Amino acid sequence: MQSLVAALCGTVFGVGLALSGMTNPAKVLAFLDWFGSFDPTLAVVMGGALAVSAPGFALARRRTRPLWSLRFALPTRRDVDVDLIAGAVLFGIGWGLVGLCPGPALADLVRGSNEIFLFVGAMLAGILVHRAFAGWRSSRSAVVAEPSRS
Amino acid sequence: METAFTPGWGLFGGLLIGLASALLLLAIGRIAGISGIVAGSLFPPDGMRGWRLAFLAGLPLGAGLVAWIAPERAAFEITSSAGRLILGGLLVGFGTQLGSGCTSGHGVCGIARGSRRSLLATAAFMLAGAATVFVVRHVLGGTQ
Repeated sequence: MQSLVAALCGTVFGVGLALSGMTNPAKVLAFLDWFGSFDPTLAVVMGGALAVSAPGFALARRRTRPLWSLRFALPTRRDVDVDLIAGAVLFGIGWGLVGLCPGPALADLVRGSNEIFLFVGAMLAGILVHRAFAGWRSSRSAVVAEPSRS
Repeated sequence: METAFTPGWGLFGGLLIGLASALLLLAIGRIAGISGIVAGSLFPPDGMRGWRLAFLAGLPLGAGLVAWIAPERAAFEITSSAGRLILGGLLVGFGTQLGSGCTSGHGVCGIARGSRRSLLATAAFMLAGAATVFVVRHVLGGTQ
């Protein structure tokens, strides 16, 4: 049941991305081109999405559990740290270089173009690089922390 | 490259994206953050790979439906070189993991639930994206 609902949600999400033009990298780059051929469509898309998702999230807050699972899996962190901002900036640079973020990139796989395969392959590689980086960082901090434990 | 402002389709598509996000949360309690779902499908923190792969498979399926039913809505223009695609992909993959989210997770879901982290992250990646386009198009004078 969970996978069925997820597939439906993913499909509706993909239809929304495509109908709004957000699967077109040229249109996303035009949104980011504030000092050139600015196309504000992305802001309207985000506004439309928030107009539905915000009441949906407010409704979820009043319920104790979702319809078909045991609990809501919501992020709990509140602190603003360097990783959050540095990660968002790095992501923003990549987004501005090509005009693709993860959702549209995956939706555009259906076009079967070499450019999309190359981008999605590099994106998955970036996720693996981060995993290696996070592992290296936590092992290093464990070594540093060791003397104080003993 | 110029594209036309299409607020009507933008609003309609945005409503569908919001609907999908709200439904995923209310039905199975999950955040529709694509970068998190992709990473979670590779390394599921809770051992659950099924719903993640199902959601991700829906994205190209939905875009394919639009290309099939309304081909005039399916414009797709990508002019980046191979090197730029690889660099951009690596940065998007790494950055979304380090920053715990992307346009959907922070921009749509995070802001919808009033997260200050998501609001700041969204401002940061939009500013960084605009600065990048400014440098590429208006300082280096390149095409994208």
